Amino acid sequence: MKRAKRRYLALQVDSDGAPAPKEFMDAVWSAVSKLYGEYGASLTGLALIDYNAEKKTAVIRTALATVDIVRTALASITSLAGKETAVHVVVVSGTIKSLYEKIR
Amino acid sequence: MQRNRGASMKRAFADLHLRVNLKDPATASRIINKAATLGYRLIAVPLSPETREDETVKLQRICSEAKIDLASRIDLRPRTHEELTHQLRRLRRKFEVICVTCENKEAARQAAKDHRVDFLSFPSLDFRQRFFDRAEAELASKSIAALEIDIKPLLVLEGPARVRLLSSLRREAAIAREFHVPIVVSSGVANEMLLRRPRELAALAYLFGLDETSALEAISQNPVSIVKRNRQKLSPKFVAPGIRVIKEGKDC
Repeated sequence: MKRAKRRYLALQVDSDGAPAPKEFMDAVWSAVSKLYGEYGASLTGLALIDYNAEKKTAVIRTALATVDIVRTALASITSLAGKETAVHVVVVSGTIKSLYEKIR
Repeated sequence: MQRNRGASMKRAFADLHLRVNLKDPATASRIINKAATLGYRLIAVPLSPETREDETVKLQRICSEAKIDLASRIDLRPRTHEELTHQLRRLRRKFEVICVTCENKEAARQAAKDHRVDFLSFPSLDFRQRFFDRAEAELASKSIAALEIDIKPLLVLEGPARVRLLSSLRREAAIAREFHVPIVVSSGVANEMLLRRPRELAALAYLFGLDETSALEAISQNPVSIVKRNRQKLSPKFVAPGIRVIKEGKDC
């Protein structure tokens, strides 16, 4: 079986509040499901890798084939835990190591 | 792949529909600075013929401090074709970008065939008022008008309203492509939290069927070339398309 290719996305959460990791991932899943349905969401293989509530940054993982779907869904997020929010993709990378190198 | 990445890095991104309240300079400054931070190099703010000169100067100062280029824009909402012609005659030389929001078919058809119109825009909420059909596109393709699509409704609408909007936008984008009418994607927002990075706007444009290249062109090449063209036309050195004054004086 072929190894599934993945991409790691470093995100900046632009929000007045300080959302918890669970609230953040719920918002991401909800955005993907709203735009692409449960079937589309099931293809993404989304996972939260890292979340820094102080710096409001996050790293998520997704399948290479669904990077565009996830990008679109992230751009459509307008609120998180009742607060106005924007989620910006800072860097996309193929490995966690190179992702952190690019952020630095 | 590397070449594409290099090409996209050189792009100058533009958001030609940033709704800024000129009466509130603090908010205006915040929105413009945010746009500059997110990677835009050119923005356009809708003004009105009644906008005072000091307000425009203040806006230009904010933009130059944020190191972002500002284009003046006016949104027209004519009810008849005579009204549109009259407004264009009066305002064309005062603004760099003219957008016509088409609320009826008569105005839409006139706007599409008039060479002085830069953008055709359609109300996003009333789906019966979206007149961008094949006839409209054919007229627009013979003039220079582009189809402007605001992203804001995609962010604020939910459920069936967004589904209907996406369906209309997909149809209109396909018609525009068929008739080679340029598409310009703008934010149309008045709130900084609804501003998105250029690549995120492009990602949202995938929703209505634009591929990556067309989506990036819709936020960079297409809007930038419209502003460049209009600035050349508004320049005192412009004589006619392809003819401009290079040197004048006794020694010519």
